[in-house]
Amino acid sequence: MTTTLEQFKHDAAEKTADLRHRAVIQKAIATYDAAVARGRLRFADWQNARSHAAAIKWETINHLDRYLEQFERNVLANGGHVFWAETAEDARAHILQLARQHGVEKVVKSKSMTTEEIHLNDALEAAGIHTVETDLGEYICQIRGEPPYHIVTPVMHLTKADIARTFQEKLGTPPTDSAEELTMIARARLRQEFLTADMGITGANFAIADTGMVAITENEGNARLSFSLPRVHVAIVGIEKLIPRFEDLALFWPLLSGSGTGQAITAYSSLIGGPRQEREADGPREFHVILLDNGRTRLLADSEQRDALHCIRCGACLNACPIYKNVGGHAYGTTYQGPIGSVITPHLRDAEEWSHLPYASSLCGACTDVCPVRIDLHHHLLHNRRNAVQSKFDSPLQRLLFRAWLATMQSPAAYSVASRLANLALRLGVAQPLLKPWTATRDFPTPPKQSFKDYWRQHGRGA
Amino acid sequence: MRVALFIPCFIDQLFPNVGIAMVTVLRRLNVDVYYPEEQTCCGQPAFNTGYWDEARTLAARYCEIFTGADAIVSPSGSCTAMVRNFYPELLGKATQATAHTYEFAEFLVKKLGVTDVGAKFPARVTYHDACHALRELRLKDEPRQLLRNVKGIELVEMDQAETCCGFGGTFSVKFPMISYAMDEVKVTSIQKTGAQYVVSTDSSCLMQIDGYLRRQNLPIKTISLAEVLAAT
Repeated sequence: MTTTLEQFKHDAAEKTADLRHRAVIQKAIATYDAAVARGRLRFADWQNARSHAAAIKWETINHLDRYLEQFERNVLANGGHVFWAETAEDARAHILQLARQHGVEKVVKSKSMTTEEIHLNDALEAAGIHTVETDLGEYICQIRGEPPYHIVTPVMHLTKADIARTFQEKLGTPPTDSAEELTMIARARLRQEFLTADMGITGANFAIADTGMVAITENEGNARLSFSLPRVHVAIVGIEKLIPRFEDLALFWPLLSGSGTGQAITAYSSLIGGPRQEREADGPREFHVILLDNGRTRLLADSEQRDALHCIRCGACLNACPIYKNVGGHAYGTTYQGPIGSVITPHLRDAEEWSHLPYASSLCGACTDVCPVRIDLHHHLLHNRRNAVQSKFDSPLQRLLFRAWLATMQSPAAYSVASRLANLALRLGVAQPLLKPWTATRDFPTPPKQSFKDYWRQHGRGA
Repeated sequence: MRVALFIPCFIDQLFPNVGIAMVTVLRRLNVDVYYPEEQTCCGQPAFNTGYWDEARTLAARYCEIFTGADAIVSPSGSCTAMVRNFYPELLGKATQATAHTYEFAEFLVKKLGVTDVGAKFPARVTYHDACHALRELRLKDEPRQLLRNVKGIELVEMDQAETCCGFGGTFSVKFPMISYAMDEVKVTSIQKTGAQYVVSTDSSCLMQIDGYLRRQNLPIKTISLAEVLAAT
């Protein structure tokens, strides 16, 4: 059986050697970087905006119980329903039950990483419910049978030609190199799905406690159609998506679009305040919110890393990460890729199985610098590593090596002996095979005869 | 002012010239330096791998050894960040030694107020921002200010100066394929500048970059900022 770590190493090795993949991602992220740099100029003070957003999120997450209950009260008052799902299984079971209750045969979905997290599509399809992703990127993922490559840009790894080929193969459409034509192919198919769907499932970018509203940002209008045309709308909301006040959106909407795509605001920004009201002509007859825990309260209980729940899923840390840019989104094997994924996955899922991800980082800190809500990402990776060692997820050999290393470093005499031996072994070329992970691709320096300490003893002191 | 030299273990063993160059420059500026000979390693490899108890022992040891120094100077942004930023978390408090540890370029520019050390290095160079110097210590301009005042030098910026070289300590051997790919991205960016040398505050980054350059037989050389500043 392949372990999760072996799979990661295998996939990472494959992708890092794929120079075409590297070029595609570098180009996509360079375009993103330029847009974000322009977008930030719209903020009078970007650093201050980050601090303010972090403060609001800090307050929310540290009083999450109160804000969740306030949100629930307001959703109910608006005529909606709320279900508290402790696990992915609970959430799936509740959605399937709703689908049965309403005789749902077809579901249209807008982009939602939370539904990816609970593997909703598989569960719906297994129950015989036809499920259609309506975000163009997610639609492409769905017909390719791939998970999203990136939490914001699901097909960042594909070029226009790749997508044209996918459509040709999977949909039998004629070859084209026009992005507009490709979009029209998807649009023509999706329009029919919207009109005939019984249930619309969305995520939520923000859940607003003081109004009981769900806020959704998008650029294609597909989310708006997904929640307004079908009879039933179900929004799956991770409990960390709360913001306290309606007016907080004035900061969080541009913060999310600014960091996610570099836009001042996305093309469509929707607020859902409940099901169709008496005086209204359209909209769903029922509005259900599923508040999803699925491990989030474990992170909430960890005061050191609780701020990882500030995440608004903008994807900026992925785009800034040199590891992400080289291994790509699929190698992680997680729902949430990149630095934020490596921080939260060991909390949300099996801590031991995913303990390698925090180590798959050079700790360069580029992620922390771009995070719009100031999550201390790369330091949390250090905390995760410490937690892994404390939980004895490390190898006994490594543990032993660090003990021996400590004994050496505590004693100048032992350090002197050990370093002379290492020096000799390197100079004779006998140590290099031990450094194979390094020397397989890179030269290792040959140490000089004299260390700094030797130099100081001979020349430094009196000079 | 009595200034203690903090020479990280890998500089002591692999790159002693970097330490010697730092001494040369400090003495040129009439700084009174001493070297506590019982120093070994700051504990960063253990800390970064999750062995915080082991690292804590070495943190306490460092504070003892360097107590009483007016300033402690190191030719490594990474080890300086370990001491100044992470020791307080490990030990539960900042100490005189942790608060007064400086990276070499930082010490020259921010503590001594010196940006021209009277060096001469006639070559085209590009500067690599070491991650810990840049993001833990926030040193971006200081090394460049020093370089710009070196006689004969031509400093060319690369497009990915702030991108990590892929070293990351044990990361470079735990995930060598990722580390190597990052190295390749870095070197590609360096090559585009046409520089003869790549300069950095941190010899660990330079070891990573040089490992690639030498294996690929590329003519670009690596050199520490201290060695450039020592050249006359």
